[in-house]
Amino acid sequence: MSRSLLSIDELGADGVMRILDLADTMAEVNRRPNPKVPALRGKTVCSVFFEDSTRTRLSFETAAKRLSADTMTFAVSQSSLNKGESLKDTIETIAAMGIDAFVIRHGSTGAPWLVDDWTNAAVLNAGDGWHSHPTQGLLDAYTVRTCLNRPDGFDGLRVAIVGDIKHSRVARSTTAAFKALGADVTWVAPTTLLPPVVHEHATERLDDIIEDLDVLYLLRMQNERMTEALVPNLREYTTRFGLTPERAKRLSPQCLVMHPGPVNRGVELAVDPSELPGAVINQQVTNGISVRMAVLFDCLSANPDPTSDLERPELP
Amino acid sequence: MNQSPTTTGPTIAIVGGTVIDRNGERRADVHVADGHIVDGSTTESGEPDTTIDATGLVVCPGFVDLHTHLREPGREEAETIETGSRAAALGGYTAVVAMPNTDPTQDCVSVVEFVRRQGIAAGLCDVHPSGSITVGRQGTQLTPFAELAAAGVTLFTDDGNGVQNPQLMRRAFEYSKSLGVTLAQHCEVEALTGGAVMHEGDCCSHLGLPGWPSLAEELMVHRDIELVRLTGAPAHFLHLSTAGSVDLVRGAKADGLPITAEATPHHISLTDELLRSYSAIYKVNPPLRTMDDVEAVRAGLADGTIDAIATDHAPHVSESKERPLDQAPPGMVGLETALGVALAHLDMPLVDVIAALSWKPASIARLGDRHGRDIEAGSPANLTIFDPNEDWEVVPALLASKSHNTPFVGVPLRGKVRHTMLNGAFTVLDGKATR
Repeated sequence: MSRSLLSIDELGADGVMRILDLADTMAEVNRRPNPKVPALRGKTVCSVFFEDSTRTRLSFETAAKRLSADTMTFAVSQSSLNKGESLKDTIETIAAMGIDAFVIRHGSTGAPWLVDDWTNAAVLNAGDGWHSHPTQGLLDAYTVRTCLNRPDGFDGLRVAIVGDIKHSRVARSTTAAFKALGADVTWVAPTTLLPPVVHEHATERLDDIIEDLDVLYLLRMQNERMTEALVPNLREYTTRFGLTPERAKRLSPQCLVMHPGPVNRGVELAVDPSELPGAVINQQVTNGISVRMAVLFDCLSANPDPTSDLERPELP
Repeated sequence: MNQSPTTTGPTIAIVGGTVIDRNGERRADVHVADGHIVDGSTTESGEPDTTIDATGLVVCPGFVDLHTHLREPGREEAETIETGSRAAALGGYTAVVAMPNTDPTQDCVSVVEFVRRQGIAAGLCDVHPSGSITVGRQGTQLTPFAELAAAGVTLFTDDGNGVQNPQLMRRAFEYSKSLGVTLAQHCEVEALTGGAVMHEGDCCSHLGLPGWPSLAEELMVHRDIELVRLTGAPAHFLHLSTAGSVDLVRGAKADGLPITAEATPHHISLTDELLRSYSAIYKVNPPLRTMDDVEAVRAGLADGTIDAIATDHAPHVSESKERPLDQAPPGMVGLETALGVALAHLDMPLVDVIAALSWKPASIARLGDRHGRDIEAGSPANLTIFDPNEDWEVVPALLASKSHNTPFVGVPLRGKVRHTMLNGAFTVLDGKATR
């Protein structure tokens, strides 16, 4: 039995809580001297990345190895896609090797759903287009849950996600995960960096809300947005939307500062994170391992009880 | 019309049906001989060679599609003139306007003549080639309108792209005005649609896909309305998809401008919500829009603002439609389902639906001497005979089109073609192509 993780919406609020609870168990494993358990021994996980990604791919592969799964990487630059092979043929060929799970990143919205239709293996969406990046949303939620000690949900939690929402799968999935747990999410961006239709609270005035936040989530600002005339220049962006020293002083002392990485220093984050007591950017990366272990286990293990398999000691 | 007073060839009688043409609806038998409709009394001396029982069926002038991509020459793996003609005949069409975005482009007499000859060789419907407005559809140099008009081209379009340059479009209207042709525009301001995959709105915002705003269509509709007002040349708007476009055309017609417009079956029946399936089957240009737009386009057809239903039949091989949304080509096949979609999704008198499928597009394509003619003695026998009440669902594998990229799987269809007659001979009999 296997199931796929394609989006936070499809996972639902109960599914988010299930994964976060499981991530607690995985975090305990990760604190051991030998952070490896046999839970997914014999399972093969194949990473298929059609977009460059070091962080997410390493995080997934580390998670899989800690659960004793075998891992493979399909490197697109060396692949037959360059010879014109279709995505479908590529996936069906790899699936024919007996893969249990695909971890897929693709530049096109919906590609993981297509892959899910073509294979019986579990499909874990590691990012599609501007659309969805569910493990990022989950690891962000897990980070807030642990750092602010909110195990029961995020009711009343005030979150601002700041920056290029329009082109960000992180913004969409993290918003969905936070809202599934009850948080109030506000998008902060100029209209040019918002989707055409917005259902969230949205503002262009970060200064109006910055003192009232529990979580300030900064998105990466990309240079090509300037050539598309979405913002005039990076200086103006930082002035209006960056976390400057002046704004940092106005944050409440408990406010978390988060970022999916990689950070554009001096643009969205114009202060040294070491001077920000609430910065949890590295914790996000660490938590990513536990959350992805939880997701892999949830999608691939036939055993509904994680502890029985996890407690069994690793064989020599 | 050089109809001989006495018939010599085989005669066909279509009996028991309901005849619908510009004169309205009536119970009548139709007699055909020598490629023409004849007075029943001239054949009463002898029994007809063939009798078709049309009880419960509608007998009407053959359908004319203003917007068919036959893909030949250049993309024969997706469709050929023969397979596309067969699909057309099965959909009740006796004439189709072949879009010029072939490879090579239909921008010179030799390519246009090739397409026409292939159509004649297939013998399943009149294939009427259109010409491109600019050489290679590159938007920079006008094609030889007069040469092409002399070769029978009546409709010019760069379909697939709109003519972006307003100065060039003005020149095209001015230069072509005296030639008895019509320029047809694919309305899309490309500066507003770069990378667009679907309609800009709620659904694209959720899916994180670049949007194709209604404004991109409406700006060019507005521009060309004003160019028509300036130059006096006629214009036809292809595949109108937005409520705003329908309003613009309604206003222009009220001003008396020589403007016509068409809408596709998919824009009167489907919405952008279907893209939530991530299936590129639903990717088309212009894109599927909202229910408000669908209802506005239907209303435009109902009040005559939109003259014609045109398929924008756009075959693509299955491999290309299995790609992710942003990598797949836009387009849907539609010839074999147009009638079924129209009758299932339009709340209009049957005669008005047939008008939009037959004599109105025949007139726009300047084919009215042969197609869309009233069913009376002397008219060329280009006829469609269909059951207006048959409910059915499309099965892609059973389509005659070489490509099966229909978006109508699971969509209720009503109205099925039984027989199609081209120049007095059946191209479709009992729902099957005769060749």
